[in-house]
Formats: sequence, C-alpha cells, structure tokens
Amino acid sequence: MLGKLTLSAIPYDNPIIMGAVAFSLLVAFGIAGAITYYGKWGYLWSEWLTSVDHKKIGVMYIILALVMLLRGFADAIMMRAQQAFSFGASHGYLPAEHFDQIFTAHGTIMIFFMAMPFLLGLMNVVVPLQIGARDVAFPALNSVSLWLTVVSAMLVMVSLGVGEFSQGGWTGYPPLTELHFSPGSGVDYWIWALQISGIGTTLTGLNFLITILKMRAPGMTLMRMPVFTWAALCTSILIIMAFPALTGTLAMLTLDRYAGMHFFTNAMGGNMMLYTNLLWVWGHPEVYILIIPAFGVFSEVVATFSGKRLFGYKSMVYATMAIAFLSFTVWLHHFFTMGAGPDVNAFFGITTMIIAVPTGVKVFNWLFTMYKGRVRFNQAMYWTIGFIVTFVIGGVSGVLLAIPGADFVFHNSEFLIAHFHNMLIPGALFGYFAGYTYWFPKAFGFRLNEKWGKRAFWAWLTGFYVAFMPLYVLGFMGMPRRLYHYSNPAWHPYLEVAAVGAVLVMLGIAFQVVQLIVSIKEREQTRDLTGDPWDGRTLEWAIASPAPFYNFAHIPQVQDLDALTDMKERQVIYKRPEKYEDIHMPKNTGVGFIMGVFAFLFGFAMVWHIWWLAIAGALAITGSIIARATTEDVDYYVPAAQVERTENERYRQLPSAAVYGGASEADDDTLVPAASA
Amino acid sequence: MIARKYFSPVSKFISLCAVTLLSGCHSHMALLDPKGPIGAHEKSLIITSFTLMMIVVIPVFFLAFYLPWKYRASNKRAPYAPKWAHSTKIELLIWLVPALIIIVLSDVVWTSTHELSPFRPLASKKKPVNIEAVALDWKWLFIYPDQHIATVNHIEFPTGVPVNFRITSDTVMTSFFIPRLGSQIYAMAGMQTEDHLLADEPGVYTGLNSQFSGPGFSSMHFKAVATSREQFERWVARVKQTQTKLDLAALKQLEKPSEGDSATYYSDVVPHLFEHIIQKYMSANVTHKKTPA
Amino acid sequence: MTTDVLDSHLAANDSHGHDHGEAVSNTVFGFWIYIMTDCVLFATVFVGYVVLSHNYAGGPTGKELFDLPYAFGETLFLLFSSVTYGFAMLAMHTNNRKQVLIWLAVTFLLGLGFISMELHEFAGMITEGNGPDRSAFLSGFFTLVGTHGAHVSVGLLWMAVMMGQVMTKGLSTRVQSRLMRLSMFWHFLDVIWIGVFTVVYLMGVMA
Repeated sequence: MLGKLTLSAIPYDNPIIMGAVAFSLLVAFGIAGAITYYGKWGYLWSEWLTSVDHKKIGVMYIILALVMLLRGFADAIMMRAQQAFSFGASHGYLPAEHFDQIFTAHGTIMIFFMAMPFLLGLMNVVVPLQIGARDVAFPALNSVSLWLTVVSAMLVMVSLGVGEFSQGGWTGYPPLTELHFSPGSGVDYWIWALQISGIGTTLTGLNFLITILKMRAPGMTLMRMPVFTWAALCTSILIIMAFPALTGTLAMLTLDRYAGMHFFTNAMGGNMMLYTNLLWVWGHPEVYILIIPAFGVFSEVVATFSGKRLFGYKSMVYATMAIAFLSFTVWLHHFFTMGAGPDVNAFFGITTMIIAVPTGVKVFNWLFTMYKGRVRFNQAMYWTIGFIVTFVIGGVSGVLLAIPGADFVFHNSEFLIAHFHNMLIPGALFGYFAGYTYWFPKAFGFRLNEKWGKRAFWAWLTGFYVAFMPLYVLGFMGMPRRLYHYSNPAWHPYLEVAAVGAVLVMLGIAFQVVQLIVSIKEREQTRDLTGDPWDGRTLEWAIASPAPFYNFAHIPQVQDLDALTDMKERQVIYKRPEKYEDIHMPKNTGVGFIMGVFAFLFGFAMVWHIWWLAIAGALAITGSIIARATTEDVDYYVPAAQVERTENERYRQLPSAAVYGGASEADDDTLVPAASA
Repeated sequence: MIARKYFSPVSKFISLCAVTLLSGCHSHMALLDPKGPIGAHEKSLIITSFTLMMIVVIPVFFLAFYLPWKYRASNKRAPYAPKWAHSTKIELLIWLVPALIIIVLSDVVWTSTHELSPFRPLASKKKPVNIEAVALDWKWLFIYPDQHIATVNHIEFPTGVPVNFRITSDTVMTSFFIPRLGSQIYAMAGMQTEDHLLADEPGVYTGLNSQFSGPGFSSMHFKAVATSREQFERWVARVKQTQTKLDLAALKQLEKPSEGDSATYYSDVVPHLFEHIIQKYMSANVTHKKTPA
Repeated sequence: MTTDVLDSHLAANDSHGHDHGEAVSNTVFGFWIYIMTDCVLFATVFVGYVVLSHNYAGGPTGKELFDLPYAFGETLFLLFSSVTYGFAMLAMHTNNRKQVLIWLAVTFLLGLGFISMELHEFAGMITEGNGPDRSAFLSGFFTLVGTHGAHVSVGLLWMAVMMGQVMTKGLSTRVQSRLMRLSMFWHFLDVIWIGVFTVVYLMGVMA
C-alpha cells in the first residue's frame, strides 16, 4: 500500500535532523495558525495562490528563494562547522553519511531552489513592465511553472524528515548514484525534485521567450530593449536549449534505478562518461542561466545610479549573446581529468577562455558607465561595486581552471569550490540582491531601509572574503572538496577562518531579515508616491508603485533605448490621457496550484514506489490539463471606469511627491491637480 | 582586549596570508612546492597565466575604486555627461586587449596541454617503474607487474625515474592524485587511464582520491614514498618476504568496503590481475572495446 | 513528458493580449518553441542510444533483433496518418466539421495501429529475455523508441480530446488553433520517427 515507505524512514534517532524537522514544522504551523487566526485563507487563495499576475508570481518565486536561501545556508554553516572541528582525532559532530547529504542538499537547493526561483522571480516582476506589456504571453502556464518549482522544493524539504536526501553530490555522478551504490530513497528525491522543477523552468523559459519577442510595446525594437530584458531573453533561450537535456539525462538515470537499465552502470555496457557529458551539456549553460540575469540587473543599476546612459549598449548586447552561445561549447572543461586526448582538452580549454573576453567587456562597460556620471551610493550600487571587484578575482581563478594543465591539479579541490562560489555569490546572488532592493518599491510601493541594507552588504562582502579566500589557499595545499574529516594539520587554521566567514555571512542574512522588518514598519516614510524612486530610465518606473494589476493603463509608445528618460526629456511623462479604455486581462485560475499538488503527490509516490498513488497523480495531472483546455472562461475586461479610478488616485498623489528628472521641470499642467479626482 | 580576542581568528588569518606571501612558497602549499617535473611545469603554467591576466585585472581594480569615487554625486566639479555612452576607441580597447591576452594564453594552453597530457610517457633514459593502481571502496590497490608484488595504500618508487601508472576502478568513479607530483586522472570501472609522474626529491608524499566516492571517501588516501634506487630494491625485497599472495579470493576480500586501511603488502600477485579487474566489467561487452573518450 | 506536451496545449486558452489574432499567433509560436525543447530532449535520447548502440554486453545485436519489414510497416502507418491528418486540416479550412471528424478518426486509428505494432514488438523482445535490462544497447533502444511511442500516445489522447471538442464546440477559433498545433505535433513525431527508423532499424540491421 505504501510501497517502500515504512515508519523506519523517519530518522527518530538523529537529534540534529529531528530538530530541523521540528523547527520547520513549527514555522509551517505558525504561519498556518496566523493565517487562520486572521481569517486570511480566502484572501491567500484568491489573491495569491490562484493569481496569474506576473508580479505576484514573481513575488512568490522570490519568497520561495529567500526561504530556501535560509535552508541552503543552514546546510552551508553546518558544513563549515564540521570541517572546522573534524580534524585529527576529532570526527566532528556529523557522521559521513549525514555530511554527504548536507553538501548534496546545499548545492541542489542553492542552485535549483534559491538561485533559479530568485532570478525567475525577478524576471517575472520586471520583464513585462520593462517591455510595456500587461502580462506574460501565457499567464496560467506561468502559474503552473511556479507551483511545479514550489512543490519540488517541498519534496526536498520532506526528504529531511521522511527518508533521506541524496549523498551523491548535486551533480549526481553515476555509478555512485546507481541503485547498487545508493539503494536508499535519497537519490530518488533528488531526481524527482529536479525533474518536476526542471519542467516548470523549461515552461518559464518558453513563456518569457514568447513574451519578450511578441509582446513589446510599439516602438521598442530589439535594440531598444532594456539590458535586463536582453538578459532575460538570453536566459530564456539557454533554458529552452539546456533544460530538456537535463530532463533526458535524469530520465536515463531514473530508468537505470527503476527499470534495471544500463545507461550509466559499471557493468552490462553502461557508460558513466555519457552521463558526465550530458549533464554538463546542461550544466554549463545553467551557470550562465544563473548569472546573465544578474548581469542584467547590474547594468540597470549602474546606469540608473550613475544618472547616465549605459556605456556601450551594443557591446553589452553582443557580449551577452556571445556568452550565451559560447556556453554550449565549453562543457568538457568540467572533466579535463576524465582522460580525453590533449587535442580535445586544449580545444575546450581555449573555448572556455574565450568566454572571458565578452565577460571582461561587460565589466569595462559597467566601469565606463560611471565615467562622467553622477554616482549615487544607494545600497543596490554597493552590491554592484562589490560585485565588480570580487568577480574579477573569480574570473582569474576561472581562467586558471580553464587551462587543462592547471586544472589537472586544481580539479576537485577546494580551489574549485572557492572559484565557483566566487562567481555565484558576487556574480549571481549579489545581482539578485541588487535587483531585490532596486525593484522592491515597484512591487510593494515602499523602499527598503538603506542603513540595514548597507550593513548587510558589508557583512556579506567581508563574510564572503573570509569564508572563501582560505579555500583558494587550501586548493594550493591539495585539499580535495567534500571531506568530512581530515588529518593534515596545515589545513586546519584555514578551515577555522572559513567557518568565521560563514558566521559573518549569517550576520549579513540576519541584517537582511532586520532590514525587511524595519522597512515594513517604517513604510510610511519610504513610500514611493511617484512610481520612480531612483530617477529610473526604463518603462517600469513610468507607472505607479506598487504597479496596478493591469500594469499600463495605456500601452506606451517607445522612442528611445532609455524609454523613460526620453519621455522625461520630451516632457510627455505624467500626462493624463484623455480617456481610458477597457483592458483585457486573464482570469485567476487554480489550475497551477492544483497541478502542483498532484505533481507533489506523484513525485513523492515515485520516490517511495507507491505505484497506485503515482498513477493516480499522473492521471490527475492529465485530467487537470484536459479540464483546463476545455475551459473557455479564461479572461475578462477591466472596465475603463475602474482603470480611471485607479489612475486618478495616482495622479492625485503625484504633486505631493518629489518627482525626479524632466517632470520636475515640466509645466504644472502636465500634472493632474488633486481636485480632478 | 575583548575586541582583540573576538577578532583573533581573523588576525590569525591575516598573519597566515602574510607569511604565505612573504615566504613565497609556503612548505604546505603542495602545488607551489612541487617535487617533480610535471608539478613544476604546472606551477609555472599557473604563475605565467596569472601574471598575464594581471594586465587586465589591475586596471579593473583601479577603475572600480577610482571611477565611483571620482564621479560621486557630491563631487560637482567632476564633469557630467549623461548622454556619453559610446567611444570607439575604448570599445576597441576593451575588446582587443582581453582578446590578445586570450590569444597568447591559447598558445600556452595548446602546447602545455599536449606536454602535460597524463597519457604522455616522460622522456628519460632510465627504465620506468610500472605501477597499476586500482580504486576500491575506500582504498587504493597497487600492483607492481614487473616485481610481481602488490600493496594497499602505500607505494614506493625511486627518485629520478619515470613512474608509469595504469589506473582503473573496481568501484565508482574516482580520481587518482598525488598533489606534490602533479596531474590527477579519473579511475573508472572497465576502463584504463594513465598517469606519468616523476619525483625529483626523496620524500613521503600524500596521494589521494579527489573525486567524492561515498561515505568512506575522506579516508581514501595513500603514501607515495620516493626513495633511492637501492632503498627501493630493498623495499621490494622486504615486501616479497611477507608471504601473502594476492589471488582472486584475496581480491574479493579487498573489494569489501572498508575505511582507513593500513598499508598491506602482498609478496605475489596472480598474473594479469589488473586486466582481470577491467575485464570483469567488459567481459560481457562482446564487440565493443571501451576506451576513454 | 506528458505534462510538457499538454501544458503547451493548455497555454492555448491563456494567451490574451491586444486581440485574439495575436493570442493565436502567440500560442502557435509558443508551440514551435515547445517543439524545439522536445527536439533537444530527443537529441539527448538519440545521443544516449548512439553512444551505447554497440554495448551488447553479450546480448543480441540489432541485426539479430530487428525485423526490417515489420518496422517498415510501422513507418507506413505513421506516414499515412500524417497524410490523413493533412486531409483533416484541409477539411477544417473549408469548415467541414463532419469531414474533419472522419479524417481525425482515420488518423487516430492509424496512430493506434502504429502504437499496437510497437507494443507488440516490445512484448516479443521482452518475453524472449531481451528487455531493456539485458544490455546498455537495449536500454538505449527501448528508451529512444519508447520515448517516441509515449509522444505518439499523448498525441492520440490529445486527438481524442480534440474529436470531442469538434463535436461539442464546433470549429471555433480556439479549436482550430488547437487542431493546428496538434497537426504540428503529429508531423513533428513523423520526422522524429524517420530519424529513429534510420538510426535504429536501418543502421542497426546494416551494422
């Protein structure tokens, strides 16, 4: 009846795991209790869970990302603590099996359930606004993507208390992840979490590709698109090209484990090198899927806070496209040591180094954007400058790793760990944080506290250096990654220092939590009445904050790359249109949430071989799709009068706000007097 | 005092870094203090490429601090050109300089990759020592096919003589690595990879598996001892006196997962045991011979 | 992959925009992109098969297993089903509901014939002990051919739903748009099958 699932799957005897489970349950029940107490279930359902509004979907993605950041970071600090203690005679506080699950979970969560939701969330909130659209091309599909991602993250969380998580590393190399070497439920949790969220991600890539290519405001040619939108476009293309390869590869591993096949087994003709190649055919583009949107954020932030056009826009666009293309030609550099011939290794080494050229161009473009600008040191700008300096170090170690001869000694070492954290923390995460602070007012109508934001920045930055610079040194000392215990006394002090770094990062996260609380408390003082708190240059700042659900009452006409700056200069911004029209909008639907629940049941059933439930889940998913496909009642019209009421409210607030840029110099009659409302 | 105590790990780290930098090659820095030509080549490769990259990195560092400071909003004397966004000269420079460095580096990569290929035997007038390495859960089995001896977690070889490793795995994918001597290479079941190393100086070097391979991974290391020719011969003679033979039954015993095995010695080995271990996974493969890609 | 296919189908309803014409063109464009993702998936499975295609592990080879005339029969079923689907589309353009239904039914039966033949082939191999667990080559074979078969089955389910919709809703704009996308999907599977037939059966028998 319950497949392989028995009560013994719950690790009662492990106090650390049970503590984590108890804490997670407490938080979950606490939230559920609060919602019940305030009677908000109905609101939650109708305004959020069933919402197809891209802004709300984006916010939910980012909430997921922040929650999973806490979980992933808890894993990180446990690893750092273990390596700081587990030296010589002491074996630390974690058994090897538990430590192995933790580093697997850390990698999996940070990439799939922190970074991916964060960047997809930012894309969701921002892209339609930047291109002057009212929603994405397929809003209900967007909701499906969200919930597939959420339930996959839940699957990982459930593995904490029911069964175990994979001990095979986040890349899950066979034959270690084959049934023979990993008979437990861990690898299966890993597989199904990645499969379900991967399908969601593929659909998001598709959705945004169409949205960006087909739904831009009139006048916005490709070469007038904001750089963040370009980044979102490149990321979408990469997702479309790369994620199906992951789906296929994982499917083969699944068939090995579930149907006794021999794709990657040691015996019967299996070939583990096939997996390694296929995984990185997805895996390397994935790195750029994570980092290109962050590059896009930095481009927006640096131009806005320098009060200046982005330097070398065309270079930037070509560099992004070049990076996206090249990311498919370098996968072999992840395993120079697998025994390929020198011609092959040298070829992939060179293609890898070529990526450094467009990346370097981007760095220079950001720098020259500040040249002859008026740089305002907002917290988003802190993240950006901190990123530029730190990222360059990661670039250097990256080029070193790209040289096969050097990789022969750096591969699998702490040097590699330092390198990719050096790319992904300043490169991707700092970018997401910059985007989070930059666009926060657009989503919620008030700004985030500056003081706490800057404190968080300094804690994160120093924490990063203290945690990861020692790992570069350890790489030079020949320390391999993923050790749960070691006896070399020379390594020990560096690992102690790295643990201190993790504590500093924890402080940074704590400051961010404080920042959020303080900002909500003081929201009346930081309310964004203009819709344009930073003197923005792109369309999302042309509308009110928080953005009305229909985004634009009138689809704007774009005449320049910095569309809003151009409107400010032509003094056409904040002009009230003569009349409003009905707006065609999609209706909310529960199909995404419901399919998510079924997908969760399906995934859980597959992990535990509960076949009846798996079949029921699959049938239910198919049924929901067919039901949805036969529904005709999917859209409605917002009456012009309602639009007018909402817009008037905004125009009423405008005069009392300090309006940036051209509008402040504009004639008074461009602003609607309060009396007209 | 309190502050001092609080920051002690940080100051410890700073002094560590200072020592590291000042002493040039810290003796713990396996990769910066190589004991053989392969490692030395790899070290010089790292240093050369690092230096080349500084041509771009140093200006970036400078600009990243100078530009935001110079053009801070409060500095009203600095010029402000909100529309200035293009300069052909600068664009050419920022595309071409990195491109030139990469072209130079590409040449370095091409030659060094060929010279350092782990499959390439080292040129030497001396007769090389052959060692066959087999990754097991979680230990290394070494077979000396010419001396007909075998060991677990311990190898010896003379200095100044090329050591030819043939490597395979009798378990999951692992990676054979002696950091002080240079290049690592994967070990995979049913396949054979090679590594060619040489030690210039006598010493006891740590060898390890660097590819995560399961719960016992952390303890999967071995001692690689480089000695004189005479001492090596004496060591072989001593091993031959141990009177234990590595046959298929003993291999089966060894294949059982274990951790932290102490060095074990076998005075005799059944012939072609290494090939047998590879064939175990390939025997079923009638028509296809797998070789590393 | 079931979800993949029909999710895009589901997208049909969701597109909204400045007018319905644009919505339809978005969904068609979106479906093209979906087909691209499916191409990448098939490419992955093809690579898996090709890399393992000689790893017989002492088991039977393609030459011993494959019955070329039989596979050619399957091919004919699928090719003809594409032609008959084309007739359904022609009928749709002349707004002939009855003919659309007839041709869809014929297509459905041809597709069902293809799937039945494939299942029969699989069953025969498995009962002789040459299932997907016999060797890496057979794992690759069953997965590649099976992935295509699963897609065809999803296409059949979709076709059944569409016949229902044509009957109940008539040839509305939305139904027409869905029929168009099913048509793209069906022809795409044909093209993939040509690849499978060539790489697996023809080359397998010749090798």
